[in-house]
Amino acid sequence: MSKNLKVLRDGILFDNPVLIQVVGMCATLATSTSIINGLGMGLSTTAVLVGSNVVISLLRKFIPDTVRIPCFIVVIASFVTIVQLLLQAYLPAINDALGLFIPLIVVNCIILARAEGFASKNGIVPSFFDGLGNGLGFTMVLAIMGAIRELLGSGTILGMTIMPEAFPKTLLMIMAPGAFFTLGIFMAIFKHCIASKKPVEEEE
Amino acid sequence: MRLILLLLAGIFVNNYIFSQFLGICPFLGVSKKVETAAGMGIAVIFVIVLACAATWLIYNLILVPLGLEYLYNIAFILVIAALVQFIEMFIKKSSPSLYQALGVYLPLITTNCAVLGCAVTNMQNGYNFIEAIVNGIGGAGGFAFAIVLFAGIRERIAYNDIPKPFDGFPLALIGAGLMSVSFLGFSGLIKL
Repeated sequence: MSKNLKVLRDGILFDNPVLIQVVGMCATLATSTSIINGLGMGLSTTAVLVGSNVVISLLRKFIPDTVRIPCFIVVIASFVTIVQLLLQAYLPAINDALGLFIPLIVVNCIILARAEGFASKNGIVPSFFDGLGNGLGFTMVLAIMGAIRELLGSGTILGMTIMPEAFPKTLLMIMAPGAFFTLGIFMAIFKHCIASKKPVEEEE
Repeated sequence: MRLILLLLAGIFVNNYIFSQFLGICPFLGVSKKVETAAGMGIAVIFVIVLACAATWLIYNLILVPLGLEYLYNIAFILVIAALVQFIEMFIKKSSPSLYQALGVYLPLITTNCAVLGCAVTNMQNGYNFIEAIVNGIGGAGGFAFAIVLFAGIRERIAYNDIPKPFDGFPLALIGAGLMSVSFLGFSGLIKL
């Protein structure tokens, strides 16, 4: 069990998909305009990631090595379609806010990277925890970035006004450049404070 | 006229990198040198234009008549993966020098979200065949334009003394943010 917990912790902190592995950038930058959007995207991706990791781990003995990438993609695309249909049915507001980026979960490199790098080599239980850890790590980054950008850009948290009237709303933070700045500074702080605490450093 | 506007809007106003956040992974990963960035840009233009044509045909001639629109995501990504594989084999046979130049970037394009993003946008906006292709050329051209400009900047950054936590991706992201500010100047220029 401790091995699974370690896999989970690495996914969230020391191997954080966005901040350390630097995968899945498009979704991170595009959907972190508010906490709700960030959480919606993060949890949808987590659902797909856990599902695809488990199924790919189950199928890893049957998938021929030469055509493994197309096989992985079909599994992932099926889960994305399921999540998209569920969102359309039960959370239409989130679905509209995330728009194009729901179908684009298919090409989110996090999912293919975990399928190729972890699930195709490990058993079901570790793969489940790996998917969960990476998904939660991704969700965490999106939610924190969403909070920063929402607070500075529109002065609200979860839609409630926090900042006083006189606070100058920095519209730039909601727009595209704010995403790049927030992620760049966040990544630098994270690298400095947390990633350096890892016993054995392994970076790409 | 509408087609020209669509093309210019794709390159400047709705730039894939700076306003839509499509294809950020290759944008950050392959922008250390201008030559490789240009190679990537050309490969992406090539793949996106073919993928736009192929996915448009698949969607409108196969999925719509059969009432299977909800399967578009699976169908598109399979078409794109097959297409990239096919292009790779074709270029390897027909032009080894181009194959050498594009190298490892060709297979990576399958997971470039700009390709799938372009195909899905075409479908959602209900573009006709010509419009879909022009939209693809515009978007991919904007991607190539952005990645080559950015590689030029990163070549210069490489020689500077940077605080250690900012070294690498963080500074690249901030640089991209500054470029994105300048691209904001184009917004509202073209209304379709």
